[in-house]
Amino acid sequence: MSRAANEATDQGLVQILTPEGQRLPNQMYDAYLGDVDDDMLRGFYRDMALTRRFDQEATALQRQGQLCLWVPLRGQEAAQIGSGRATRPSDYIFPTYREHGVALTRNVSFSEMLRLFRGISGGGWDPRENNFHMYTMVLAAQMPHASGYGMAINLDQHGWDEAKRAAEGDAVVAYFGDGSSTEGETHEAMVFANSFNAPVVFFCQNNQWAISVPFDVQSKVDLVHRAAGYGMPGIQVDGNDVLAVLAATRWALEHARSGKGPVLIEAMTYRLGAHTTADDPTKYRMSEDELAWAPKDPLIRLETYLRENKIVDEAFFAQLATDGDEMAAKVRKDAMAFPVPPLAKSFEQVYAEAHPLIQEELAWHLEYEAGFADESGVGEK
Amino acid sequence: MTLAKAITTGLDKILESNDRAILMGEDIGRLGGVYRITDGLIDKYGAHRVIDSPLGEAGIVGGAVGMALRGISPLVEIQFDGFVFPAFSQITTQLAKMHARSEGRLTVPVVIRIPYGGGIGSIEHHSESPEALFVHTAGLRVITPSNAHDAYWMIQQAAACQDPVIYLEPKRRYWLKGEVDTETPALDAFKAQVVRPGDDATIVAYGPLVPIALAAAEAAREDGRSVEVIDLRSLSPIDFDTITESVQKTGRLIVTHEAPTFGGIGGEIAARITERAFLSLEAPVLRVGGFHMPYPISKVESQYLPDIDKLLEALDRSFAY
Repeated sequence: MSRAANEATDQGLVQILTPEGQRLPNQMYDAYLGDVDDDMLRGFYRDMALTRRFDQEATALQRQGQLCLWVPLRGQEAAQIGSGRATRPSDYIFPTYREHGVALTRNVSFSEMLRLFRGISGGGWDPRENNFHMYTMVLAAQMPHASGYGMAINLDQHGWDEAKRAAEGDAVVAYFGDGSSTEGETHEAMVFANSFNAPVVFFCQNNQWAISVPFDVQSKVDLVHRAAGYGMPGIQVDGNDVLAVLAATRWALEHARSGKGPVLIEAMTYRLGAHTTADDPTKYRMSEDELAWAPKDPLIRLETYLRENKIVDEAFFAQLATDGDEMAAKVRKDAMAFPVPPLAKSFEQVYAEAHPLIQEELAWHLEYEAGFADESGVGEK
Repeated sequence: MTLAKAITTGLDKILESNDRAILMGEDIGRLGGVYRITDGLIDKYGAHRVIDSPLGEAGIVGGAVGMALRGISPLVEIQFDGFVFPAFSQITTQLAKMHARSEGRLTVPVVIRIPYGGGIGSIEHHSESPEALFVHTAGLRVITPSNAHDAYWMIQQAAACQDPVIYLEPKRRYWLKGEVDTETPALDAFKAQVVRPGDDATIVAYGPLVPIALAAAEAAREDGRSVEVIDLRSLSPIDFDTITESVQKTGRLIVTHEAPTFGGIGGEIAARITERAFLSLEAPVLRVGGFHMPYPISKVESQYLPDIDKLLEALDRSFAY
């Protein structure tokens, strides 16, 4: 590991913005925030607030029976916006199933994101459009994909020097959680990425809870310590601090992109809500735990900073609330209007090339369904 | 050339003609693989295209999925049939479903080569036939050559296919020699082939059992029975048309595979052929396969594996109806 890599690992918890909204100087990471002006700060707040508003609307839609399931992210907005805003459009992102905020930074439409949860698509959006992969439900299965994708980048950039890679090269961000850190595929992915110097940033949102199981059951040590075991730099960052996350992810992407190998980031955060809409946190965690984390809310601290430094006024928040409501109304309208594709469509998507069994079963299915055509016709009259 | 050499030659052709194709697996580089199938390819194409991977099957297959998402065509090797299971989740939940989940937008043309089957006197996990598990999984294609000519062409057809393909290599036939015609385009990889015509009964076999089915047909001829032998070649999809046509002619069908009979491919063929050719059948479709047990210890594997005598016994039963 290079000296810079060791510095990254030795920093302890990286924090730029305290829970009280005070900005701390940082010798190493301030260089990665040089371009952050008032517009960008307002933009980060806006991203986080819109993501939270979307999350709230989707949760409501699920409660009203309009979505099969929803996976709330409340509390994790800074970790997602900060890391997502550090990426380049040509980078490829492998999310888990909770990265709604990262999706926003990749210009994936919130409406499109609901197609999966509405039960009308197995994916939802076109991953190629914004280099934002589909959600992966099987925990950690996306991790080796990220390493393989990173190895493919190395193949494509075979013979490039460090400067060319840093300027024009691509990188990968693999999102995962404290729960999926235990999965064997996370381990294999980290070995593969390190052995082949794949340009992958492994971004863990340690939200303290894997559904009902607390973090100390997953690991006796902070996950950042595992980085050294694989031979890569590790950064532990305050995941509720959008500036710290942005700076750390920019550093990590620069390191990976220039061909120096992968980086592990452990963003310390907290899932303020339930794991999914099917979950009930009152059965496994004390409300004191939630109360202790509530003041560390990523939106509160940035709001405090913005207000105290007169970067925003009341009109900013009023406009944001209006925009949020409009976005939510549009998302709701779009979700309700999604056409349900016929099952016949699913036959076409199993294989890329012609397949006799698919053709045979599709023909049977269509003929069988056609037998009900008269009945439905009567019903419509 | 041998069946093994035919695969090596086919892989060489793939790497030569497509610079986006790569090989990855355990010990496939310097060593050339435990069966030397990739022997010499690292010297010709470099360690960045013939990749000695860390020891992790989920990492190999999952890594291949990621590579394919960036337009690389990976052909990966799993060292032995019994060691594919750490990658089973990647194969069934990720590789097989990626095209469907993306509503047809993404393709992941990964080829997974797996030496399979018994009869080599090895220790546990080195002699298994797990094909039914993959055949049962929509989104995958599963093919297996039985001779050198097919081995050469089918690996190239697998690489050209836009769907994920499991390419099962009959390891006890690696040293089986045969003519390879590198000029004549092969039969479609997903079609079965009548390898011996006959009139009185049909035996469907694939991979390692095709030579045994042919030998059984020859032995049956001495009893005055004319037995047609079909090399299935593709296990998913299965070419039911070729089998149906044969059974409509012969009226009797025996399906054989090393994999356990229960829940095996033979059952699926029996059911479909019963539906398609019920009135042509002179006897129930019979299956000759492995018993419902973990693959046995090698000293007694000959009693477990289908052989000529078991096929002749099944023919007797079929003709006795």
